[in-house]
Amino acid sequence: MATLDQITQRILKQIDESGFKQKGAFNLRHNGIALCHGDSEHIKIKKKTDKQGIDIYIDGETKGEQVHIPVVVDASGMRDEVYNDFYIADGADVTIVAGCGIHNSGCNESRHDGIHSFHVGKGTNVRYEEKHYGEGEGTGTKVLNPVTKIYMDEDSIFTLDTAQIKGVDSTVRETEVEMGAGSKLYVIEKLMTHDNQIAESNMEIRMNGEGSSAQIISRSVAKGTSKQVFHPKAVGNAKCHAHVQCDSIIMDHAEVSSIPEINARHLDAAIIHEAAIGRINDEQLVKLRTLGMTEEEAEGIIIDNFLN
Amino acid sequence: MLEVKNLTFKVNENGIERSIVKDICFQVGDGEMLVITGPNGGGKSTLAKVLMGIEEADEGQIILDGEDITSYDINHRANAGIGFAFQQPPRFKGMTVDKLLSLAAGRKLTEEECCALLSGVGLCAQEYLKREVDATLSGGEMKRLEIATVLAKPHKLCIFDEPEAGIDLWSFSMLIQQFEKIHNKKAESLILISHQERIIQMADRIMVIEDGTIGAIGSRDEILPTLLNKGDSCACMNRQ
Repeated sequence: MATLDQITQRILKQIDESGFKQKGAFNLRHNGIALCHGDSEHIKIKKKTDKQGIDIYIDGETKGEQVHIPVVVDASGMRDEVYNDFYIADGADVTIVAGCGIHNSGCNESRHDGIHSFHVGKGTNVRYEEKHYGEGEGTGTKVLNPVTKIYMDEDSIFTLDTAQIKGVDSTVRETEVEMGAGSKLYVIEKLMTHDNQIAESNMEIRMNGEGSSAQIISRSVAKGTSKQVFHPKAVGNAKCHAHVQCDSIIMDHAEVSSIPEINARHLDAAIIHEAAIGRINDEQLVKLRTLGMTEEEAEGIIIDNFLN
Repeated sequence: MLEVKNLTFKVNENGIERSIVKDICFQVGDGEMLVITGPNGGGKSTLAKVLMGIEEADEGQIILDGEDITSYDINHRANAGIGFAFQQPPRFKGMTVDKLLSLAAGRKLTEEECCALLSGVGLCAQEYLKREVDATLSGGEMKRLEIATVLAKPHKLCIFDEPEAGIDLWSFSMLIQQFEKIHNKKAESLILISHQERIIQMADRIMVIEDGTIGAIGSRDEILPTLLNKGDSCACMNRQ
């Protein structure tokens, strides 16, 4: 079993809530190399030979198993680009826990670009959790630019649960999903920016198969002078149903743009979008204060739960 | 014991000062239930908010168990022992019912404790524990949950602003039982703002607020007949 230093252990606690253990199927990437990895009976992880990254093969017998593939960058000035491809066989039921944490104690930019593709077989149930986090006393920026491509076969279910916790100076997220007949997509995107951070999230969901449905929930909090831009796009190419909901809390001198796009190319495509940006509700603050909390405590509770 | 002395609250409307609560004095004894009733717009809810510190009094004194809390802000009054149930409670996106109840209790409640609180206000506990306190809950569900947040921990004084509003008849009966239970324990002083006869009938004393002043105050037996005798002309009664 590989020995992990304190910084790595601390970051893993932030990005892998269920607890990273060197058991079952796992791969820990640390400063651009695989520090440790393991396979299970049903999940095999293979290192790519033509570029940085891994291929993860999840067989159809996988039932309720987890695979953990966290990334930790703690070398200041490190630029890491990695390609991870998931092949999930028909009928599998799996939870994939990913995530990236950067500790930057230097003055140079540390950056991780994770390009993930998911080939989701028929009748599968996949949950993908991804947390992003930055820390470090250095002046160097922490940059995370994830690209997520999901190809969903018939009657598959995919839950994409992403969260940017804090400390990420710049992020551009690109998400593309192709949906087959009867497939169901649930996206929960949570994002918090502070100080002068910048975040952009572009998402395109293409519902190509009859009976496909998508629910996209995006919640964000922008503090300080940070800026956020959301561009979720739902395209209905068949009889389908989609609901896109974007909610943002704006604080201090932050700026949030929500630019939704819904595009129906079929008579039976039903697509709904809701978007709201606003400050913390005074009535919520007063209610929590009647329970004995200070205004600051109440504010923290409201934000934590909003992003929960 | 709550002592309210010469309490006044004013608002400024287009440069004109207007008193919403005018020089009000009253007391609520330990374990006593005082029901405040009176016509709409008379100042009942404003008085309750001034007691909780949500609105700041312009004049007067509020004393709780001998402690002058007039200058305390909302959270200090809460910590001094006042609980408050809003007439229109706010919703919280992302917050689950069990989380809100734990916040209200000031400690992590067990599932059993949450279930007992919810059952007490007529909510079928298991269905609600992990639901979010958002727009998916109806107005009546929100009201019942609001009352549960006040019952989640002991207080010296609990203020309920029209607890019956928006609640269906079946849940209303359960609510009455809850109030009777708290009242019978005599551990907490209660102020209920209500137009509801069944709630008014539970009172030890009744206070009628009209136009920002006390129109009448006295024991239930003394005041209730005067309210009922007013019949249709009395805006403060809503007999079912």
